[in-house]
Order: sequence, then C-alpha cells, then structure tokens
Amino acid sequence: MDLHGFGPQLIAGTWMTLRLAFSAVSVGLALGLLGAVAKSSKHLALRLVGEGYTTIVRGVPELLVVLIVYFGSAKFLTGIAALFGSDEYFELDPFAAGTLALGLTFGAYATEVFRGALLTIPKGQTEAAQSLGLGRWHCFWRIVLPQLWRVALPGLGNLFMVLLKDTALISVVGLDELMRKAQIGVGFSKEPFTFYGCAALIYLALTVVTGGGLMALEHRANRGYRRARS
Amino acid sequence: MSFDFSVIFDNFPKLLLGAWLTVKLVVFSGVGGLILAFPLGIGRSSAKLWVRAFPWTYIFFFRGTPLMVQMFLVYYGLSQFEVIRHNEILWPILRDPYWCALITMSMHTAAYIAEILRGAIQAIPRGEIEAAISVGMSPGLILRRILIPRAVRIGLPAYSNEVILMLKGSALASTITLLELTGMARTIIAKTYMPVEIFLAAGFCYLVISFLMVRAFRFAEHRLNRHIRDAR
Repeated sequence: MDLHGFGPQLIAGTWMTLRLAFSAVSVGLALGLLGAVAKSSKHLALRLVGEGYTTIVRGVPELLVVLIVYFGSAKFLTGIAALFGSDEYFELDPFAAGTLALGLTFGAYATEVFRGALLTIPKGQTEAAQSLGLGRWHCFWRIVLPQLWRVALPGLGNLFMVLLKDTALISVVGLDELMRKAQIGVGFSKEPFTFYGCAALIYLALTVVTGGGLMALEHRANRGYRRARS
Repeated sequence: MSFDFSVIFDNFPKLLLGAWLTVKLVVFSGVGGLILAFPLGIGRSSAKLWVRAFPWTYIFFFRGTPLMVQMFLVYYGLSQFEVIRHNEILWPILRDPYWCALITMSMHTAAYIAEILRGAIQAIPRGEIEAAISVGMSPGLILRRILIPRAVRIGLPAYSNEVILMLKGSALASTITLLELTGMARTIIAKTYMPVEIFLAAGFCYLVISFLMVRAFRFAEHRLNRHIRDAR
C-alpha cells in the first residue's frame, strides 16, 4: 500500500483521535455521574433537568450535537464579548468543541448506566454508613462510588467504544484527527480507497486494543469477587 | 445574542423536505439491514467454523469502524477502481450519493441486527425446539414456525433501539452531499448564516421523528405479544 509519504500524518491523526477520545471521556464521566445523581434526586427540579438532558441529547444525532456545540458556542462567546463592548468574533477551537460535544453525548448515555448501577447498591449499606456517622458526601465518596465503578464498567466500556468511533465526526469542524488526515491524503493522492481503507484499519486496531484494555480493567475491578459460574 | 424565530418559520418547508429524505433513508435501510441480517445472524450462530467465519469478519469490520469511514469508502473509495467506473450496471448506482448512503447504512445496521438476532435465537428455550422435533417438524419448518417468530418477538425491542440509532446515523449522509435533514439545515445556513436557530430546529425535527418511531414500535410490540399479554 503506497501512502505517498502520508503515513506519519495518519499516525499523528491517530494520536489526536486518542487524545480527543480520552479528554471527552473524562468530561462525559463527570457529566454522567452528575446526571445520575440528578435523576435519582429527591428534588423534582433536579430530576427534570436530568430527564431533559438525557432525552434531548440521546434523541439528536451526534453530528448535529457537534455542529450545535461548535456554532452555538461561537455565538455564545461572541455575544458575551459584545456585552463587554467588543465586536470581535470568538469561537471554541475544534478540539475543545469536540471534547464538549462528545462528552455531552457520552454523559447522556452514561447517566443511564450509572443510574442502573446506583440501584444495585443495597440501601442497607448507606444506612449502615449513616449509622456510623458518615456524612452524605462521605458516604457517597467512600461507600457508593467504589462499588459503582465495578457495576458500571461493562456499560461504560461499550459507550467508550462508541465514543472512539464518534471522534471521526469532529473532522467535520476541522480537527486534524485520523479521518481528516485521511481526507487530506485523498486530496493529494486522489486514491480515496487506499486512505479511507487505511483509516478503517486503524480504527479497527484501536477498537481491538481498547476492547482488550477494557477486559483487563473489568478483570481488575472484579478481583475481590467470586466469578459467577454457569 | 438574539434568537430569530422567523428564519425557522421561513425555512420550515425545506427542513420538512429534508426530514422526509431522512425518514426514507431510515425506513429503507432498516428493512434492507434486516434482510441482510438474517443470513448473517443465522450463519453467525452456526456450529461450523467455515460457516461462522464470514459473518464474524463482516460483523467485526462493520462494528469496529465508524459509519462515516464506511460511507466514504463506498461513495468516494470505490470510484478509485476503473473496473467499477466502467461497469455499466454498478457505476450509475455507486456514483449516486442516495444509493451509496442507503447501501452503507443497510450494511452497517445489518451487522448490529445480526448480533441482536443471534442473541434472540440463543434466548429461545431449548425445550421449545426439542418439542418441535418431537412432533416431527422438519428443520425448515422449525425455522419458519418456531425459531423466526420467537426470535422476532424477543429481538424487537433491541431492533427498535437499532433503528433509532440509524435515525441518528443518517445525519452522516450529509457528509456525502445528500440533502437530508442535517444536509438541508447546512444548506439553509449557507444562505442565511443562522446556524444556531436552524440546527436547533433540525434537532427538534429529529426528536419528533424518534418519538413517533418509538411509539410505532411500542404499538407493534403490543400487537405481536397479544397472545401472552395477560399471562403473568
């Protein structure tokens, strides 16, 4: 396969794809936890916010979320700047916009995963923690969260695989990740099949590697538990 | 920072036109994917390695790469080969973005539906198949009368999720120049330069379409399971 010297470019693109995926997943995990806590809250207002967030973000195409975040943030930032008397145009750079957009999507699905995991932790444990005099924050941080991770991991792993493939969408707003690097290569060589095929193989390799990594993580998270035998 | 509603109303007919193309893409690829998925799903659950090998590779590729790459491979990629460009039957189809989007989406969703089918087939209690054998049904008859009707009922909720995912995936058809809902929104924005208003309006259209689709599937589920509805 002749890449016309674009091989290093594709590698650089892959590196950017990975950076984007990991920064988006950290935003997404935080949003997912917040969403799950909001959705299981006693307060109606918080539940409505959580419900609205997950319904809207999960019902709109990821590509549209990316476009709305990219153009919406530009409008928002320029509007804020105008309040301070500036007439310059501001926008988020594609990496920040991509992190935010993919994090929002990941968070909406992760909310459901975390909410399901929260339900698996017996109420008796929080009661026991309270009777020992642990505060609510302490109880969440020390008792609930460490167990949540183990239960939520398989679901979060699936979401991460989806996120990894969704990073290709950020090429639309001009981030130099794998997909866009492939497009640049096509523009030069006029060999679309070679370059997109190569990108596909790299994505495939990334999913295989993350799949293995997730299995190792799950194994580690379950080390204190006996395997269910069938 | 103002929000301009009039630009949404002025361009609403165009957005509806795009929405119609989106619905067509989703419905046709949903049906096409289902047809492709049956041989894949049944082959995937075969005990023979050589039968299992192709469906496994197919599913591995389509689930492991982004839909966007797959679309670009079909629409832009295949034109690299002269054999295809000079083929009188294939080329008129493969140079049309509508057909390319439809083919790619069907092939993509088929990989996921095949896995759903495999799960559904494996979820059928063994006793039901043994019972069918014991009353003397042939393998073909068992497939037609027992396996497929049961698998369809078990797999329907997961299939409806997949169709909703394809509704969202159809937005990618705009990257190969197709004017479906997202593509139409981008065209309108190129003229009006009101990205936020128009994209939010398009997002609202997607929410309505997915709401209607969820409703339709819930109705189908209700009807298909009417013989066991009260059995608790």
